[in-house]
Amino acid sequence: MSRYLRPKRDETYATRVAYGEALAELGAVNSRVVVLDADLMGSTRTDVFAAKFPERFFEVGISEADMIGVAAGLAHEGFIPFASSFAIFLTGKTYDQIRQSVSYSMNPVRLVATHAGLQPGPDGATHQGLEDIALMRAMPGITVIAPADAVETRKAVFALADYHKPVYMRLGRSDWPLLLSDDAPFKIGQALALRPGNDLALIAYGQLVSFALDAAERLAEQGIRARVLNMSTIEPMDTEAVERAAVETGALVVAEEHQAHGGLGEAIAAFLAANGPVPVGFVAMPNSFGESGTPHELMQKYGLTSERIERTALETLARKRGG
Amino acid sequence: MSNPELIDQLQQRAKAVRRSIIASTTAAGSGHPTSSFSETEILVTLFFHVLRYDPARPDWEARDRFVLSKGHGAPGLYAVLAEAGYFPKEELLTLRKLGSRLQGHPTPECPGVEVSTGALGQGLSFSIGLALAARLKQADWRVYTLLGDGENHEGQVWEAAMTAAKFRLANLTAILDYNHISQSGTLEQIKPIEPIVDKWRSFGWNCLDVDGHNFDELLQAFGAARAFRDGPTMVVARTIKGKGVSFLENAMGWHGKALNQEQAEQAYEELS
Repeated sequence: MSRYLRPKRDETYATRVAYGEALAELGAVNSRVVVLDADLMGSTRTDVFAAKFPERFFEVGISEADMIGVAAGLAHEGFIPFASSFAIFLTGKTYDQIRQSVSYSMNPVRLVATHAGLQPGPDGATHQGLEDIALMRAMPGITVIAPADAVETRKAVFALADYHKPVYMRLGRSDWPLLLSDDAPFKIGQALALRPGNDLALIAYGQLVSFALDAAERLAEQGIRARVLNMSTIEPMDTEAVERAAVETGALVVAEEHQAHGGLGEAIAAFLAANGPVPVGFVAMPNSFGESGTPHELMQKYGLTSERIERTALETLARKRGG
Repeated sequence: MSNPELIDQLQQRAKAVRRSIIASTTAAGSGHPTSSFSETEILVTLFFHVLRYDPARPDWEARDRFVLSKGHGAPGLYAVLAEAGYFPKEELLTLRKLGSRLQGHPTPECPGVEVSTGALGQGLSFSIGLALAARLKQADWRVYTLLGDGENHEGQVWEAAMTAAKFRLANLTAILDYNHISQSGTLEQIKPIEPIVDKWRSFGWNCLDVDGHNFDELLQAFGAARAFRDGPTMVVARTIKGKGVSFLENAMGWHGKALNQEQAEQAYEELS
């Protein structure tokens, strides 16, 4: 068991709540931090910052494109803007604004989305952000981060304050298990091995890291030692960690709460195709829209579960051994 | 109010700027000379009387910020920046060429340019960020943003209009280059924007209506905008696309087209 993991995963906490709280803490020590929201502060939890620092909080109303531009202007003047909305709106309604006003103009806006993936549950497909990673990865100059739990989220918020490049960070909605111990380092661009193993590697980000750990435990009971990598920085990818996992284990499974198209799985597959391929299994949304349901029901229906990771691991191992 | 000496100076600048616009776009073989001609007096008024800046220090903290939201007016902006001393005029001939700082649409690589524009509708939101920053810094510099008239079709402009009014940004002045012609026809054909003055007023802006080629009216408008303390000001500047060259004025089919050498010679004669 890695010292970076908590002994037990029986406590839960929402990453968006950790975000709101960390932002307010950061605001107290850094007067250049400003926060923008588009009428979702109670959901993105930027309301915690807004209550403490009203003069540095800008509510722009339901106009995400405008929010991106305003944030870019504040970044241009040396402020450290965090702009938040749901993943679907923050990347979908705003693509050209992020491209021209933020990334191409090199204005270091910190875009922090909550309610990513299937997390909006009953709200249905209109609110489920499942293409955000693909959109942000495709754009030059954007760092993409998706923390695995509230502990990592808090560290990421503080890291972003000192990281003067455009960033997209994706968070959830529900309470997720707390995985990481306070010792777990967070460094942008660096994957973290949470469990050793050389039979295959399970690579995940966000909520699916905890599912990967569950799957690894069940695989261990079957005598299979699965390495688990928390790939909380998706872009730029920690290619060294991926390469090491491929070379040392010979089989990978990539699990993500995102469409298969354009996600981390494709990114890793492309990297391996050029640098030494090994069998890769994919656990991702099957390129379809979601629907209304509880997040748990939706994850079951669309196959984003620890059981699916486990099964995919066994299939991928069979391909490795058959090859 | 009128200062004949100043007006005369500005008129000379405007002629020089128009000549530079032709030189750069004809050398490039593309670009937007007619969109640049309609904005020429607006830019000349700003850069040679209104704005506080130092071309030797493009990021001087106390400078007034200018944002060309209608980024296709780049040849006009570059001509004015060169005229103001940000870079040598010869550099204008690199417009749109590989490796040039003078990209087809403005980028911050070019001294004097704050932000990339060109995809329309974004400059006003960015400018609001600047104006809020000035407020947070308790600084007295001001923000000026030039929009195209067709750009008013972009929804983001109206998102920004409401945001600027909400924050009562008196340090923000927008100008609308109202030349009535967009890429594919007149605005009246493509999508009417009238009543545009009433629209901006109803969105909470102090809206002024001026002749965009008349220096007296432009100078007065910028003075009034500065004096207005209750919120942002929009100067609707009525202009003529292609202004200054007889065969380009109000002519259809010239958007985004450069003059050939022969046409350029004819234009230079009219601008001598």
